[in-house]
Amino acid sequence: MTQYAGTTALARLIVRRDRIRLGVWVYVIAGLIASTAYSFRGLYQTVAEREAFGASIRANPTLLALDGPIFNASTTGGLTAWRFGGFAAVAAAMASIFTVVRHTRAEEESGRTELVGAGVVGRRAPLTAALTVAIYLNVLAGALTILVMVLLGAGGAGAVALGAGITTCGIAFAGIAAVAAQLTEGSRAANGIGFTVLGVAFVLRAVGDAAHGGTLSFLSWLSPIGWAQQVRPYAGERWWVLALGVGLGLALSGVAYALVARRDIGAGLVPPRLGPASAASGLRNPIALAWRQHRGSLVGWSIGMFLLGVAYGGSAKGVGTLIDTSAQLRDIINRLGGSRGLTNAYFTATLGIGALIAAAYAVQATLRARSEETALRAEVVLATPVRRVAYAGSHLLLAAVGAAILLAATGVGSGLAYGVAVHDVGGQLAALVGAALAQWPAAMVPAGIAALLFGVAPRLTTAAWALLAAFVILGQVGPILRVTQPVMDLSPFTHTPKLPGVGVTYVPFVLLTAVAVGLALVGLAGFRRRDVG
Amino acid sequence: MGMGTPNGTPAILADGLVKRFGQTVALDGLNLSVATGEVHGFLGPNGSGKSTTLRILLGLLRADGGTVRLLGGDPWRETATLHRRLAYVPGDVSLWPNLSGGEAIDLLGRLRGGLDTKRRDDLLDRFDLDPRKKARTYSKGNRQKVALVAALASDVELLLLDEPTSGLDPLMEEVFRECIEDEKERGRTVLLSSHILAEVEALCDRMSIIRLGRTVETGTLADLRHLTRTSINADLAAAPPAGLASMPGVHDVAVDGSRVRFEVETDRLDGVLRALTDIGLRSLTCQPPTLEELFLRHYGRDADDTAADASPIDSKSIDSKSIESKSIGSKAGSR
Repeated sequence: MTQYAGTTALARLIVRRDRIRLGVWVYVIAGLIASTAYSFRGLYQTVAEREAFGASIRANPTLLALDGPIFNASTTGGLTAWRFGGFAAVAAAMASIFTVVRHTRAEEESGRTELVGAGVVGRRAPLTAALTVAIYLNVLAGALTILVMVLLGAGGAGAVALGAGITTCGIAFAGIAAVAAQLTEGSRAANGIGFTVLGVAFVLRAVGDAAHGGTLSFLSWLSPIGWAQQVRPYAGERWWVLALGVGLGLALSGVAYALVARRDIGAGLVPPRLGPASAASGLRNPIALAWRQHRGSLVGWSIGMFLLGVAYGGSAKGVGTLIDTSAQLRDIINRLGGSRGLTNAYFTATLGIGALIAAAYAVQATLRARSEETALRAEVVLATPVRRVAYAGSHLLLAAVGAAILLAATGVGSGLAYGVAVHDVGGQLAALVGAALAQWPAAMVPAGIAALLFGVAPRLTTAAWALLAAFVILGQVGPILRVTQPVMDLSPFTHTPKLPGVGVTYVPFVLLTAVAVGLALVGLAGFRRRDVG
Repeated sequence: MGMGTPNGTPAILADGLVKRFGQTVALDGLNLSVATGEVHGFLGPNGSGKSTTLRILLGLLRADGGTVRLLGGDPWRETATLHRRLAYVPGDVSLWPNLSGGEAIDLLGRLRGGLDTKRRDDLLDRFDLDPRKKARTYSKGNRQKVALVAALASDVELLLLDEPTSGLDPLMEEVFRECIEDEKERGRTVLLSSHILAEVEALCDRMSIIRLGRTVETGTLADLRHLTRTSINADLAAAPPAGLASMPGVHDVAVDGSRVRFEVETDRLDGVLRALTDIGLRSLTCQPPTLEELFLRHYGRDADDTAADASPIDSKSIDSKSIESKSIGSKAGSR
């Protein structure tokens, strides 16, 4: 057991360092479930109302692709499990990836593992401590989910299945992150691998669920997020499905332990390659340096966004065919603008998701200016004649260009896949790339907020993420909660025209861009005035 | 001002610098004057404000009080123009993990307005650095070498070096000393922050010692030595003179038969030695004041009276050598 010596002390250290972070994850997961269940309880008070709502969802592949299958629409619990069971599982997966990588690979990269490893600490202890905390985090989130469902009057086996499904998805991704952390020397790359797997899992589930019993339905079963839903909370729970997530997590942890035993501290599985002895002639200004730092992740995100676009575009044709099954629904759809209107609404929704991801990328890219600063690398650059505005502006520029590239990739993916399906590649490509790029001004507003905080209140830059999360939640939960329009208007994403399918009005683009640019300029002005470091 | 500035405007002139971080006072009226062309040692213990001073000189931090001039300009307002004329090596060198050392050197040189590739290759050779390795795989010492090569290969007037040898091995420290000697010959100004006293003793014309954000001493090592005591250990032909303990400048006399140990203020040395030779000397060990002692005195770890006992390493037999043979004063005095 000496291999595990020190695990308890390390786990305590993690909890001490991350007590706020870990608490926020648990709160977000349980909070999303609670607010959803609460609003459903108020909105659809009778079984008939809930069933009618459920029928309209079943006919809409958009919602199935976004949220997952709806197994039981007759209870508040069933609706809640449909609406946020999958998203809560995604949040649990994210929490696991961040926690495990942060306390394994990132610690090694910083050299702290070496410091700790010189003490009475077993070879397996750091990984075990990180996994233990990640599992506790997910168990806690699951338990709190059960508790809030019981308190909201939707207890019983369904609540347990909902909570346990979220927990097991988190455990599966703790195993995935544990393996990812062994592969590369950099923690960014390890996080990248984890999130790529999460993205693939989401897309598999989305395509499988949108197929709604068709040939592609099996894809949902290849995704740990799908497993959390296939437990079928409140709809004849299938407990054995829980074993899939736990089993995957345990199996991958075993793989990670085997890899730990085979490698040196600080090393990855891929041996480091030598680089060039001198720099390419282009590497001579802050923009070239920023490009060098951003390009790897930009390429990765772009591929992911393209695939997401393909997945959404590929399932779009089903939107038109499904409505033929029910005369009553056809009626509703016709009032919404017919089959054409439904497809457009579908793309508005899916491109809206793309806009949120592009915004997250832009915030991350903008805050690179801050992480470079705290890593003391900005100091080296700013001790040369490079001006502060040029330094920060380079990262902002790449955030703006990067977000546009990601949106275009989504549009191209959707346009190609849907264009092939309806034999109109040229027309669909143009329409959907245009509609995707129309999301750019809104996606840049959170980046503008991040730039403002970077310049004016650098210690509070994480608040940019909190605001982005607030916009996301407002967009997802706002309509269900029937939040008033002035509150909805706080989110930049509310103001993007519902493209494709409506006439283009330029006023919102100009205003949103002006807001984003204005925020960024104030941020740059602030950065010129403040201390660096 | 008022400090020795041989030619024209000083390269660096800070007067009464104040910098606060929240409640903490990092600099509390710091003065610093570095003449053009001199190598100036900047000494102080951890946390005394050396790096904060350098960051103010670089325009990364804004001083809360006092005035500061760098190469005749205002480091906060004329940052970019001044930075064309200087190079900086931080104490904690952090590099881009996915760039090779060579790429980082070229990038930093180009950002500064170009570097001498011949000199770069020569320095890589002297510092024995493989430029193809990714910065992620470099040790602290190698990261420091990257920053040093980038700085030394640039054509600049002023080098700001923040504890540049803290990660280097003794061999590389020697290479570093040679490089700084070269820089001095080229007429460049160097501000060398350090707490390695031998390094400062070997390289610097003048030095400033700071403590708790204030300058406590400035001058040549010879100037500063006059503030200190030399410790004497003598075996005499007869009993020591009765009045020894009451002679001006003499402290802590300990007599053991014909042997005597005491400390004497360095500028009173002459008279005291004369009194001893009058009695007759069988042997004499004389420990000149070291920078270490200066340091310890100012940081108050040892009381004044015991400071001279700190280290016997520099002890020398008097035999044929003069007591002041190790003086660095000649170096500064020749200017």
